[in-house]
Amino acid sequence: MRVTTSTRTGRIAGLSALALVALALALPAFASRAVIQDLFTILTLLTLAQLWNLLAGYGGLVSVGQQAFVGLGAYAMFAGVILMGLDPILAIPLGGLAALALSIPTAFFAFRLQGAYFAIGTWVVAEVTRLLIAQWKTLGGGTGTSLPREATSDILGVEPIRVLFGLREAAARDVLAYWLALALAVLTIAAIYALLRNRLGLALAAVRDNTEAAKSVGIDTTRIKWAVFLIAAFVTGLTGALIYVQTARISPDAAFSVTNWTAYVIFIVVIGGIGRLEGPILGVIVFYALQQALADYGAWYLLTLGLIAVVVMLFAPRGLWGLLSDRTGLHLFPVRRRLERIDLEGGK
Amino acid sequence: MIWLDTLVQGILLGGLYALFAAGLSLVFGIMRLVNLAHGDMIVFAAFAILLITQTLGLHPFLAALIAAPVMFALGWALQRFVLNRVLGKDILPPLLVTFGLSVALQNGLLQGFSADSQRLAAGPLESASVDLGLVTVGWMPLLTFATAIAVIVGLNQIFYRTALGRAFRATSDDPVTASLMGIAPKGVFALATGLAMVVVTIAALYLGMRSNFDPSIGPARLIYAFEAVIIGGLGSLWGTLAGGVIIGVAQTFGAAINPEWQILAGHLAFLVVLLLRPRGLFPRAVD
Amino acid sequence: MILETRALTAAYGQFRALFGVDITLAAGETVAIIGANGAGKSTLLRSITGVLRNAPDMVLHRGEPIGALPPEIVMRRGIAMVPEGRKLFPSLSVEENLLIGGQVRRAPGPWSLAAIYDLFPILQAKRLAPGTSLSGGQQQMVAIGRALMSNPEVLLCDEISLGLAPVVIRDIYAALPAIKSTGTAVIVVEQDIARALSVADRVYCMMEGRVTLTAPAQGVTRAEIHQAYFGGAA
Repeated sequence: MRVTTSTRTGRIAGLSALALVALALALPAFASRAVIQDLFTILTLLTLAQLWNLLAGYGGLVSVGQQAFVGLGAYAMFAGVILMGLDPILAIPLGGLAALALSIPTAFFAFRLQGAYFAIGTWVVAEVTRLLIAQWKTLGGGTGTSLPREATSDILGVEPIRVLFGLREAAARDVLAYWLALALAVLTIAAIYALLRNRLGLALAAVRDNTEAAKSVGIDTTRIKWAVFLIAAFVTGLTGALIYVQTARISPDAAFSVTNWTAYVIFIVVIGGIGRLEGPILGVIVFYALQQALADYGAWYLLTLGLIAVVVMLFAPRGLWGLLSDRTGLHLFPVRRRLERIDLEGGK
Repeated sequence: MIWLDTLVQGILLGGLYALFAAGLSLVFGIMRLVNLAHGDMIVFAAFAILLITQTLGLHPFLAALIAAPVMFALGWALQRFVLNRVLGKDILPPLLVTFGLSVALQNGLLQGFSADSQRLAAGPLESASVDLGLVTVGWMPLLTFATAIAVIVGLNQIFYRTALGRAFRATSDDPVTASLMGIAPKGVFALATGLAMVVVTIAALYLGMRSNFDPSIGPARLIYAFEAVIIGGLGSLWGTLAGGVIIGVAQTFGAAINPEWQILAGHLAFLVVLLLRPRGLFPRAVD
Repeated sequence: MILETRALTAAYGQFRALFGVDITLAAGETVAIIGANGAGKSTLLRSITGVLRNAPDMVLHRGEPIGALPPEIVMRRGIAMVPEGRKLFPSLSVEENLLIGGQVRRAPGPWSLAAIYDLFPILQAKRLAPGTSLSGGQQQMVAIGRALMSNPEVLLCDEISLGLAPVVIRDIYAALPAIKSTGTAVIVVEQDIARALSVADRVYCMMEGRVTLTAPAQGVTRAEIHQAYFGGAA
């Protein structure tokens, strides 16, 4: 016998995923700029959703303060460009690092709060960060600022794309941002998948299901929670920086928006299916479809989204993917360990 | 004298925050439920009072008397039909349900009342003040603070002097054993949320009379309420008042230094307390 | 029959704890249920009280099916429970713990605060102390008093001697005749066989989720009990 997480569907899904990524890479050759921009939004939301799912669905850490890391990541990128004269692309890692640095005191404070109060604790930290950033006059204070034209005019890598696809510069910039978003999303999903398949995945499952029991079998739950929180913050910061490279204009209210960077993300995960890698992928598709359908109805859109999330939690707490997978037994990303019989030589 | 004035204003402001916090604390104390829609429910109640004052031409105080039983019924129904279904060992479902409610409520109000700022007109009371010798304070802040004390005394009376309060405490301790006493825990939870919504209505009354409100301000009220609860120590209503006062004083002093620092100063005070006394100032012995 | 179980099966998820248990309790009768740890005695009481739900007709109260009712409804029918481990409410004083027992249902009957204090005089002196600040024996008195406050038809006592010193157990059991004399039917679940037999009219012995012996309490032999308790030859 051996323990395996591999399944036939999993292998087929893996191959299809590769094909899909190849297609996505080639997409700018024939898709319109509007499609590329929409896909950029979808991919960044998908990344944020996967990270939030890692926190809440796998780590049991319900954060309502992820906008802190999006916002700070974005501002750090702006600081790198405006204050240090970096190329925006090269300034993106600063976003990750700044978010990582913020996540340490955040974890320190928020982990002191019991269970559900952790959620509001992270929200407080995000508010404090927003208010502090709004005091940073060099970066526009409360009203915000834009990336200077000279910084956006010759972003690293834009020129070859412009030539390759015969695009105008602004459109080429969107293609670059789209590719980066694609890479970030794919790497994030792959990394989380790898994480869940190795020992950390088992430890996480133990921590989420029963912290006390996990402790009793020697899993250092505090360390695992710290690790997950810091990793998620770092990548969330990178994503925030990337989003604002594309947007090129920032303000504290937008960059630290709880609606855009946390509420949407939570709804994507909840509707798609919490605690499953497939959940956010399905969720982001549903989310985007709803957004297109309800785009003209203003507040009705968020009202509907909120109510759908409530209904899903009440009647299908494992989300749409949970429903689907219960009916079909489908697992695109098999992370469950199963015992499998293998024939050893010598017929033993 | 300016500092004394700032201090007094801050203490009185703390009364408002204690009112925000009392309902949150009540619900958490009895069923360990953190209601992320609490702030939006306060704003919802403020709009309910506004609607009653406008349609019936009543003073906000009278309108709140009408709104309170309605809010009680809504809270009861919400708990009975929605929240009771997701209460359990896993903290995720109730958090996500109340978060969904929060966003839905905000946007429902936005749709119904637009993003315009509103205010409950309290008449001459709004600007009336009383000279206390060293400082002059407005009647409204004074009334808010007195109401906060009255609400806390009232809740404590209910908790420690009535059969209902006994059922609240017993259910909070051990719902299974409470059910062996003939008490239906889910019914108790529904009553508790109903009661919390009455407190929310009172908080909404003062929120609306003292300042402008619009559909978007709920989350900030939730955060103030939460900070007051944590500073006070979970489960202590008087501690919650102390927590509210600390945030209020920090805010007025912050604002006195630089108006932009008002909110920030309140949050920083909270973080300092969390740093020094992680279990709050008046933690309950048993938890 | 005031209380009856019929082919009662009960399970915790996949784990079956009872396999077709039939017991009866007549009005005013005291029945002892004995058995080793894990025999299913506590599961039986949990099923009767509704903490563990079953098919409706697996538990009958006065001939009516109550197997699927929740505990608060079962209690209101007059079936009161002294839970294992006493389970006093830590936030309530001794007197409040007693009061809450009769808060929802209070049938006419002999039991009141005064009557409980007569039965267990020590509790009156400690009436304002937090329930959980008392000694184990005194807490057990509160738990029994709490169950009596509703003037129940049926009193279920789950391991009331567990963890108590012999002298304390004697005091607690000394109260049982007074309780029986009011006409309340009693089920005592016990590991202390001698204690159980001393108060019971009939005895059931359980092993591995089944009833292995039903006998009048007077006249049952040690050998019979040994056989039923452990299975196999005595």
